[in-house]
Amino acid sequence: MYRFILKRLLSTIPVLLVVAVLVFSLLRLTPGDPAAIMAGDAANAEQIERIRAGLGLDQPIVLQFGTWLGRVIRGDLGESFYFRITVAELIRQRLEPTLALAALTILMAVLVSVPLGVAAAWRFGGWFDRALMGFSVMGFSVPVFVLAYLLIWLVSLKLGWLPVQGYRRIADGFIPFIQHLILPAITLSVIYIALIARVTRASVLEALGEDYIRTARAKGLPEMRVLVRHALANAAVPIVTVIGIGIAILIGGVVVTESVYAIPGLGRLTVDAVLARDFPTIQGVILFFSLVYVLVNLLIDVSYVFLDPRIRY
Amino acid sequence: MRALLVLATTAAAALTALGANAQVLRVVPHSNLNILDPIWTTQYMARNHGYMVYDTLFGTDEKSRVQPQMVDKWSASPDQRLWSFTLRPGLQFHDGAPVTGEDVIASISRWGKRDAMGQKLMTFVERMDAPAPNQFRIFLREPCGFVLEALGKPSSNVPFIMPRRVADTPADKQIEDYVGSGPYIFKRDEFKPGDKAVYLKNNQYVPRKETPSGTAGGKFVYVERVEWNLALRDAQAQVNALAKGEVDVLERPAFESYEQLKQAPGVALVNKDPLGFQYMCRFNHLHPPFNNPKVRQAALAAMPQEPFLRAQVGIKEFYRPCASMFTCNTPYGSAKGSEVQSKSNMKKAQELLKASGYDGTPVLIMKPTDLAAIQKLPDVAAQLLRQAGFKVDLQAMDWNSVVSRRAKKEPPAQGGWNVFCTAWVAPDIWNPLANAAIGGAGEKSWFGWPTDAELEKLRDEFARATEEPKKKALAEAIQARAFEIGTHAPLGEYVNPLAARKNVTGWVIGPGDIYWNVKKNGD
Amino acid sequence: MKVLANWSVRIGGATLVLLVLVALAAPWLGTVDPTLFDAASRDLRPGEAGEVTTLEGETIRHVFLMGSDSFGRDIYSRVLYGARASLVVGISAALMALLFGVLLGLAAGYLRSLDGPLMRVMDGIMAIPAILIAIALVALWRGSLPTVIFAIAIPEIPRVTRLVRALALSIREEPYVEAAVALGTPPGRVMFRHILPNCIAPLLVQATYTCAFAILLEAILSFLGVGLPPDIPTWGNIMAEGRVQFVAYPHNVFFPGVFLAVTVLAVNVFGDGLRDTLDPKMAKRV
Repeated sequence: MYRFILKRLLSTIPVLLVVAVLVFSLLRLTPGDPAAIMAGDAANAEQIERIRAGLGLDQPIVLQFGTWLGRVIRGDLGESFYFRITVAELIRQRLEPTLALAALTILMAVLVSVPLGVAAAWRFGGWFDRALMGFSVMGFSVPVFVLAYLLIWLVSLKLGWLPVQGYRRIADGFIPFIQHLILPAITLSVIYIALIARVTRASVLEALGEDYIRTARAKGLPEMRVLVRHALANAAVPIVTVIGIGIAILIGGVVVTESVYAIPGLGRLTVDAVLARDFPTIQGVILFFSLVYVLVNLLIDVSYVFLDPRIRY
Repeated sequence: MRALLVLATTAAAALTALGANAQVLRVVPHSNLNILDPIWTTQYMARNHGYMVYDTLFGTDEKSRVQPQMVDKWSASPDQRLWSFTLRPGLQFHDGAPVTGEDVIASISRWGKRDAMGQKLMTFVERMDAPAPNQFRIFLREPCGFVLEALGKPSSNVPFIMPRRVADTPADKQIEDYVGSGPYIFKRDEFKPGDKAVYLKNNQYVPRKETPSGTAGGKFVYVERVEWNLALRDAQAQVNALAKGEVDVLERPAFESYEQLKQAPGVALVNKDPLGFQYMCRFNHLHPPFNNPKVRQAALAAMPQEPFLRAQVGIKEFYRPCASMFTCNTPYGSAKGSEVQSKSNMKKAQELLKASGYDGTPVLIMKPTDLAAIQKLPDVAAQLLRQAGFKVDLQAMDWNSVVSRRAKKEPPAQGGWNVFCTAWVAPDIWNPLANAAIGGAGEKSWFGWPTDAELEKLRDEFARATEEPKKKALAEAIQARAFEIGTHAPLGEYVNPLAARKNVTGWVIGPGDIYWNVKKNGD
Repeated sequence: MKVLANWSVRIGGATLVLLVLVALAAPWLGTVDPTLFDAASRDLRPGEAGEVTTLEGETIRHVFLMGSDSFGRDIYSRVLYGARASLVVGISAALMALLFGVLLGLAAGYLRSLDGPLMRVMDGIMAIPAILIAIALVALWRGSLPTVIFAIAIPEIPRVTRLVRALALSIREEPYVEAAVALGTPPGRVMFRHILPNCIAPLLVQATYTCAFAILLEAILSFLGVGLPPDIPTWGNIMAEGRVQFVAYPHNVFFPGVFLAVTVLAVNVFGDGLRDTLDPKMAKRV
C-alpha cells in the first residue's frame, strides 16, 4: 500500500509542473503591467520602467520561469509585488478563514446531504425523493451570490440573528467565530449539498438493489442497520469521490462567498491579486490550491482501501 | 444550565466588547491599502496612511491657506532667496528620537524626487542645511512663489517627514520602516494586507494648540486604536455593516448607497470635504482623432458637465457644475476660457466635428468596472460623443488595467487609448503647478501628453511669480490656453460625504481622509 | 422517440425553446435599446413610467416594466437582451468545450503515444479551480465576448476529454473497430466514423451540464467585475451593477436573478431527462 501512496505522490509532480507552467505563462503573456499600477496616478514612463527592472520583469520569460521554479522547489514562493511580505506568509495569514469556512461547509454539507440522500433512495420514487431531486437541481442553478444576498437580507437584516459580514479568529472566542461563519457556510454548502445528496441517492439506490441487502433484510436486521451498515457503507466510495471532486467547486464558491461576506481568505486574496497583477501571489495561490486539490484526491484514493476491502493496491 | 452558562459568557463578552469598542474606531476605507510608502506612490490610500503615521511641516486649512504644523517660526530673506525655519519643541519619532533639521532635509529631498510640484521646487533650490538640530534652511537660486504651498500641500504626494535613515532610501524603492512622528503609530505586526491595518494612539505626540482645520491645527487624538477594515469591499455589505453597527465609518460610500444610508437609524452623513472632487476625461494628444485640436474642441463642445454629474452622482445636493479646471471657490477658480464647453450644445458640437475634418476614426474609451466612483463617466462620454457624430469603441477593464494601459504611448489599436476618465481631490488640481493635466511638455507630461510651448511658458512664469494678483492673472491665462488647446474636459465637482455612526464626532473639515480629532461616544 | 416522452426533457426543453424565442424576438417585445440611459429616469420602481433619450436625440415616454437601474436604463429590455448574451455564452462555451474535448479525447483514447502527456495536461487544468482560470484569463486579457467564452470553456475541456477518452478506450476493443483497423482504415477515419458516433449520447448530456455551468460562471465573472463588456447586457452584469443598492432597489437583482435561475434550472432538467433516456448507464451514476 505504501508503494501505491508513493507512486501516487510522485505522479502529482508532473501535474503540479503542468499547473506551474500554465499559470506562469498565462500571467506573463498578458498585457497587464504591475509596474504601472504600483507607480500610481501621477507617475511617468521613466519611473514605471525603473520599477519594472526592479521587479525583474524585463528579463526573458524562460529565465524568469526557471528562477521562479527553482525557488518554489526550495519552498520559496517569492515576495508579493506590493506588500513587503513573502507570498508564503500572505497565504499563511489567509489560511485560517478559508480553512474554517471550508471545514464548516463540508461538515454541514455531509451531515445534511448524506441522510437526505439515503432517505431519498430508501423511499425511491416517493414525494420525498422527487422533492429532494428538485431541490438539488435548484441548488445547482442559483448563483452563490444571489443566495448570499437573500440570506443576508433575511437572516441578518430582517431577523437580525446573525452578523452581516466579517470574520472572527477562533482565538478571539468560539461563539463570535461560529456566528460569523454560519451564514457563509450555509451559502456555500447549498451547492455542495445538492451535489452530494444526488450522488448519495444514486449510489445507495444501486447498493439497495444488490443481493446482500435482500439477505440482510431476510435475516431480520432492523432497517436502519440495513441502510447504514450495509447500503451506505457499500455506497461510500462514490460519495467520498464526489466530496473530493467537489473541493474544486468549493474553492470556486469560496471566492464569491468571501467577497460578499468580507472574509479575508485565500479566495479574496486571489481575486485581489489578479486585479492588481501581483504575479508572485497569483502564482503562489493557484499552486497552493492545486496542491490542495491534488492532495485531497490522493487522500480520497487512499481512503478507498479502508472503505471498500475489495479495493487493493 | 449549560445554556445559561453560554448565555452568561456571551453577555459578559458583549459587555466588555462594548466598553472596549468605545476606544476602537473601525473605519472602512475607500480602497485596499497595499503600498505603505506615500512618497513612492500618489495613491490616496498611501497618503491617508501617511496622515496617520507622519507629520508635515505645514498644513492647509479648510480655507486653502497654508498654516504651520511642525514649524514654529519661519522667515524669508528680503530677496526671497533664503528661507529659514525653526521646528516646534517636543517633536519626536515613534522610537523616541527627536525630529531634527537633518531628518527634514532628507525627507524633502526624497519627496522632491517624486512629486511633480516638489520636482519643480527643487529646480529652484540651490542647497539646504540644518544650522541647529531644530532648524533648517532652504537656499534658492531665484525667488520662488510657492515654497510654502509646496511644503504644505495636502494631497499626493504629501511631503511627510520621516527619520533620516528612512528618507535616505532611494526614491525608486519603497521604504520598509514605518516609524514617523505623527499622531498615530502603525502597528506593523497586526497589519494583514487585504484584511486590516491597525493604528494606535501616539501618547507622546504633542499637538498644536489651534483647532484642527484641514491638515493644519492641533492633531488631537481621542481614541486608543483605529482599525481599517480592508476586507469589506462589497458596497452593499459595507452599508449593511454600518447599519448594524459592525463598523463605525464608511470613508466614501458609493452614491447608490446614500438612499439606504439616509434611512438607517444611528447613521449620519458628514460632508467634511465641501471642496470635494472634480471629474475629468482626458484626451490622448498623440494619436488620431484627438491629435487634431479642432476635433478636441468638438469633443469639448459635446460634453457638458450636467449629464455626467447626474448619471454618476445623481444626488442633486452632492454635485455642481464648475467651469474652472481648478476648483471653484478656491483662489484660482475662474471661468475664463470655458465657454467652448459650458456655452455649447449638441448642434454646435456636431457642426464643429464636421468642420474639423474628422474622418471616422473610432474613439477608444477605457471604462473601469471596479471603481464605483467613476465607472459611469465613460458610458456617458460614449453616448454624448456618439450623438455628436463620433464613432466610439467603449472597452471595459478593471482599474488596474486602465492604469497600466494609459501609460502606453502606442496607437489605440496596439494597446493604447484615446480617452479615459478619472477624479481628483481639489488640492491636486487647484493651482497650475499641482494640476497634472495642465501641462504642455509633450511626452514628459501626464498621460495624454499634450504639447504646447505657450502653456509651458505660462506655467514657468507662474512658478516664478510671488505676488498674488499676478498669480491669479497668470492662472486665468493658463486655463484659457488649456481650454483652447483642449488638454482635457473638466466634468464638474462633487462631494462624497462619509457615513458614520451617530456617536462618532469631531470630523475635521478639509480635503483628505483625516482621523485625528475624532471621538467615539459610547455605543 | 423515447427522448421526447420524458417529462424532464419536455419541461426543460420547452422552457429553453421559449427563452430562445424571447431572446430572438427581443427587439419586438416592447423593449428599447438596452444601452440607452437618461439620468432623469434613474432607479424607477417596476411599473413606473419615465423618459428615454434615443441616440438621435428624441425623448420618448416608456413604461419600465421591471424598473430601471442606477443609470436610468430599462431593466426589462436589458433582461430580454441579456438572454441573448447568456444563451450565446452558454451554448458557445459548451460547443467549444465539446469540440476541443472530443478532438483531444479521441487523440488520447486512440493514439497511445499522446495519451500520457495529454492526460497530464488535462489533470493539470482540472487541478486549477475553474473560477480562478476564468478570472485570470478574462482579467488579464480583455473582457470581450470571445475571451469570456474561451475562459469559461477551458476548465470544462478536461471533463469532456476524459469522457471521450474513456469511451474511446472501451470502443477501441470492439470487434468491428479491430476489423476496420485490420482492413487498413486510417486512424482518423476510425476515430470519426466508428468511435465518435457512439459517444454522441453521453456527449449531449455532458454538453447540457457544461452549458448550465457556463451560464452560471458568466454571471459570477460579471459579479466579480471581470465579465463581458458593459455595453453588452448580461444577467450577470445587470445583477453586478444592481447589487450596490440591493436592499433599496431589489428589482435590479431580482429579475435577472430569476431569469438566470430558471434558465440554468431548465438546462439542468433537460440534461437530466436526456441522461435518463439516452444513457441509462450514466443515470445510475450521478
